[in-house]
Amino acid sequence: MSMINPLARARGLGSAKSGVHHWYAQRASAVLLILLTGWLIFALISLSGTGHAEAVAFIAKPGNAAFLSVLIITMFYHAMLGLQVVIEDYVHHPVVEIILYFITRAGAFLCMALGIIHVLKLALGA
Amino acid sequence: MKAKQRPLSPFMIGPYYKPQLTSLMSISHRASGVFLSVVAAPLLLWWLVALSSGPQAYDSMLACLGGWIGKLTLIACVFALSFHLLNGIRHLVWDTGRALDIRTAYTAGWLVLIGTVILSAVLLGVLL
Repeated sequence: MSMINPLARARGLGSAKSGVHHWYAQRASAVLLILLTGWLIFALISLSGTGHAEAVAFIAKPGNAAFLSVLIITMFYHAMLGLQVVIEDYVHHPVVEIILYFITRAGAFLCMALGIIHVLKLALGA
Repeated sequence: MKAKQRPLSPFMIGPYYKPQLTSLMSISHRASGVFLSVVAAPLLLWWLVALSSGPQAYDSMLACLGGWIGKLTLIACVFALSFHLLNGIRHLVWDTGRALDIRTAYTAGWLVLIGTVILSAVLLGVLL
């Protein structure tokens, strides 16, 4: 016996409306991060042994600034989704769970904002 | 309404199952993910903030990372990143429904572990 009513089955959605969104987002960001980590490794290798001026000049290039911005957003997004699952699985106290979930989300968005602002500051030479 | 205390299947790590490569790598994937989220990602952000705050802030950050606590943290970050990256690819292949038989899961598991050591060694050779 199916637990989904016929209309919901026709639409392919359960009562949660977005059952696969979290699962899909975690994997899509993972694939993106594989590519971006490749770029990060290339960046770290190019910058190893150099000083402040070289690093600033590297980030200030528009292509590198764009890669770093997308890396920061994707990285903290992926981290946020992953920490959410860990909290859901291992924290069984509802109040603690929702507080940790809030801190995770707020922290991730704050880190994204901070990262983008500093990339822009370097890219625009302010 | 109080929820009934129903029996749960035992956690994979503990007295009920013997340690297996697959289960240990599964929980390590989570552990390394948490470590990367709370240590490595903020570290990259700190590097960026120090970089845009000027040469003095940048030098004092590099001095912090050059100490033994900093070096140890960096080594842990590199190992966690290498493992999570390679094992993540293993998970993505599984998500397509491939390589799920026990033999392939173990072979891929060992390949990930060997790859983690090699990738970490290369990265540490460049960074330290």
